[in-house]
Amino acid sequence: MDMKVSFGGLNLKNPVMTASGTFGFGLEFAPYGDLTKLGGIVAKGLSLKPREGNPMPRIAETPCGMLNAIGIQNPGVEDFITKALPALPWKDVAVIANLYACDAAEFGELAGVLAGEEGVAALEVNVSCPNVKEGGIAFGQDPKQICKVTEAVKKNAGNKPVIVKLSPNVTDIVTCARAAAEGGADSLSLINTLSGMAVDIRNRQPRIANVIAGLSGPAIKPVALRCVHQVVQAVDIPVVGIGGIASAEDALEFILVGAHAIQVGTANFLRPDFSFDLVDELEKLLEDIGAESLDEFRGSLKLPL
Amino acid sequence: MSLRNCQCIRILDVSPVGQLKKPDEFFELKLEYPNWDGWKPGQFVMIRPTGWELDLLWARPFSICSADGETLTLFVQKVGRGTSRITALKPGDTVSIWGPLGNSFAMEPDTPTLLLAGGIGIAPFRGYVEHHSHPENLRLFLAHRLPLECYPFGQLSSKVEGLCMLDGQPDDLQYIIAAMKEQIREFAEKDGLVLACGPTPFMRTVQTFANEFGVRAQVSLENRMACGVGACLGCVTKDGNDHHVQVCTKGPVFWTDKVKL
Repeated sequence: MDMKVSFGGLNLKNPVMTASGTFGFGLEFAPYGDLTKLGGIVAKGLSLKPREGNPMPRIAETPCGMLNAIGIQNPGVEDFITKALPALPWKDVAVIANLYACDAAEFGELAGVLAGEEGVAALEVNVSCPNVKEGGIAFGQDPKQICKVTEAVKKNAGNKPVIVKLSPNVTDIVTCARAAAEGGADSLSLINTLSGMAVDIRNRQPRIANVIAGLSGPAIKPVALRCVHQVVQAVDIPVVGIGGIASAEDALEFILVGAHAIQVGTANFLRPDFSFDLVDELEKLLEDIGAESLDEFRGSLKLPL
Repeated sequence: MSLRNCQCIRILDVSPVGQLKKPDEFFELKLEYPNWDGWKPGQFVMIRPTGWELDLLWARPFSICSADGETLTLFVQKVGRGTSRITALKPGDTVSIWGPLGNSFAMEPDTPTLLLAGGIGIAPFRGYVEHHSHPENLRLFLAHRLPLECYPFGQLSSKVEGLCMLDGQPDDLQYIIAAMKEQIREFAEKDGLVLACGPTPFMRTVQTFANEFGVRAQVSLENRMACGVGACLGCVTKDGNDHHVQVCTKGPVFWTDKVKL
């Protein structure tokens, strides 16, 4: 079956992408599979300057999921451009940079730095990180800011498609999706992690030094599906589904409700070859359930009349 | 054969160590050899039983204890939900395993080398002794809480000079620290090498004495990990320049002058 998918200025060989923060810069996973087999690789979040991230402990296991508060530790955009990007097979797989900044102007500057990089297929704007004090979720909860940041990125992104990654930690995700569309986003990706917390009754301490952290993994899939469903119904730009995908069936659920592509996040930690295998499994499952094509299946959810 | 890979392999055997006198806390896990090109003592693997479905989510990291062309041996201490379920595995059960991961202990056959193990920290030293061409240059110092028979001490002390100390009482701990200090001083005086593996407070103590006597020393860290391949950034420690580095890929073995514990 033809698994190619084109949306929002991106042409992917299949709908399987890896989610930012769960796949490093991609190279970490090269020993476990052929990176060019993937539809796309969304690199670890980048800021203008290097960031050390949050203190330890940063991660905790939860039922069917995990909490993390890494705090966008990254070597800075210049380091990515000079080291990781040239080492990635970007001619044969879409490499998408994920952008983090503290305000709209800085987002714009960061987009400008990446706009000229041939190896970058698109920019994903992180307006939804729950683990940093400035920016991140503060933008993600304010539709006006989402629009402003999207405009700033779009203005400086040259011909790069812009994906805006939305937070589920809002009263109405549809309002946020509309704001990103209004700001000029070519597509949306959702959801980022749900804000959460874990504590230890024995030492009476939070399990994560940042106290509040982001919940991911299969536990959040129903929330993610609901968000994708609502947004697909409400906006015209394409949506990339993210949240707890841990099987081909999960991936097809997001496509059924209307996602053009999906991102695998926490499941990359189940085993490092997970996303590579998912590419094959997805095609096989589509055939097994009798779908005619990816296009035919996408958004074919039969809602009650 | 490959340098590093992820495979699904079978458990060959899970047997408690020192079961006669103590509750089942320590286990020797034997698995099919994962068809690696090779491995080095100090490296580790990530293991996730196939039967875990989606809960628990993470694999668990274990030092490679020993491996030949047919069998991979791990030494596992039951401390939580993950290790409880791993030590309950039966022969024939399958696990996803990826490795060998991380760096390895320095190996200088002609240098007098002190191996400092805190409890379960003895695991990588079995492979170290087996890989060493001049084991007469090795001395193993084991601080342990449970009776000695619960640890694979006998497998090593037949090949190297072995010292062991029970830390059952708080007083014993001070005694052990003093003894360890003397050992480190001795190896500093003969321009030797000190290698340590055990709980973080134990590693801090080793680092303090190594700095005091100016001996070259390495510590192996055992931070919580989700991925084992450098991606999740959940296992970081601070290097000598106060930068966060991944224990899984930049370690787990660090020179004591290049890590902040």
